[in-house]
Amino acid sequence: MSNIMRESHIMKIHYLTALVAVGFVIIHIIVRVTQGFANSLEFESVIANYESIPYAIVLEAMLILISVHGFNGLRIILLELKQGSAYENAVTYGCLIAMIALIAYGSRTIIMASMGMVEA
Amino acid sequence: MTKDGALPKGFERPSRSPSQEKYEKVKSSSKTTTLRISKFNPESDSTSTFSEFKVHYQRWTTVLDAILEVKSNYDHSIGVRYSCRQATCGSCGMIINGKPRLACFTKISELDSDLVTVEPMNNFPIIRDLAVGFERLIATHKRIKPYIIRDDSEVTSETKEFLQSPEDVEKYIQFAGCIKCGLCNSACPTMATDSSFVGPQALAQAYRYVADNRDKGKDERLKIIDEPHGIWRCHFAGSCSQVCPKGVDPAMGIQLLRGYLLGYRK
Ligand code: HEM
Ligand code: SF4
Ligand code: FES
Repeated sequence: MSNIMRESHIMKIHYLTALVAVGFVIIHIIVRVTQGFANSLEFESVIANYESIPYAIVLEAMLILISVHGFNGLRIILLELKQGSAYENAVTYGCLIAMIALIAYGSRTIIMASMGMVEA
Repeated sequence: MTKDGALPKGFERPSRSPSQEKYEKVKSSSKTTTLRISKFNPESDSTSTFSEFKVHYQRWTTVLDAILEVKSNYDHSIGVRYSCRQATCGSCGMIINGKPRLACFTKISELDSDLVTVEPMNNFPIIRDLAVGFERLIATHKRIKPYIIRDDSEVTSETKEFLQSPEDVEKYIQFAGCIKCGLCNSACPTMATDSSFVGPQALAQAYRYVADNRDKGKDERLKIIDEPHGIWRCHFAGSCSQVCPKGVDPAMGIQLLRGYLLGYRK
């Protein structure tokens, strides 16, 4: 990513996504503990979560923030593990592509479920 | 001295003068320890081995003294680098009982152990035994441009010397104490796995020049360290500052440098 962005910009995003994610994870936990656990993992209950638009936004935000932070974290770990330009390019672009793919796939699930497109 | 070897009249020493007594006491206080020296020649050996020697030491005997004693009397082949013997030249860094230290600045008595094990510094290639190659340290040190950068020079007839207030000096002087011994790089966990990491020694020097108000090379230097194997690969283990024999505190320099890159220091 060094040829795309300066490392300090990447790290600013890394720290910011971590901090904002903590906020969203707290909201997520508060919502969960106030709802009762009994049937929370029933199919209908899970789908109902997505159909609440504010909660779907919380989930989407967590997906994006943790994916960006997590895949950059993985990139950092792998860059420190081994060096070499071919390897480093593979790590950088591999993590970027995996990040985009996970966000796209997760967003697809959130959008479909929140629009009532998932049937039991 | 008189012909028969006695001191002239009036100069005779009392048989037990206070200084003589002190000397005898110190002499009898000499202890012994086992010195284990790591031996490795990359040209002929596949692994390192240890040679053990019994050495006498006094309260003030340094690990370097003991190594040199062994080198002159028992094993001339021991590869060791040293010069000043006073923690100034930065040549004698090695791992002493598991910790990176200067051999000339470490007294055997302070180690409080019956066994003194000396090994070459970690994260450096071994030349032979205790002597390691400094190519990477010198290269990273040069890379951060360790000199004042500005267009005008101190030495023209029109310009005066650049005056600095004590406060200006205070900002960087701690970091100017670096003797390039490499102990910090040897202790750094990132240096151990990331062969391209710029390292605590060079980062501390980058701060030393960036914080110097005579210097105009801040942007240039920050750009050099702001890359994938630059300053961000420090995870603040702090080992560098623990082992620095000159109180440089590279870990703090790194955090202060990050302040410029994150925009909360100007
Ligand atoms: C909600 C989940 C997460 C939160 C809140 C979080 C939070 C943080 C924070 C605050 C930092 C900065 C600390 C520092 O620089 O020393 C950090 C660093 C880091 N995180 Fe995460 N993290 C999360 C998930 C992950 C995941 C899933 C990974 C890896 C797969 C990861 C990898 C890293 C790495 C490697 C660093 C070190 C960066 C550095 O120090 O240069 N994190 N994380
Ligand atoms: S910062 Fe300290 S430990 Fe590191 S090279 Fe300089 S003097 Fe040695
Ligand atoms: S011999 Fe110079 S620092 Fe130890």
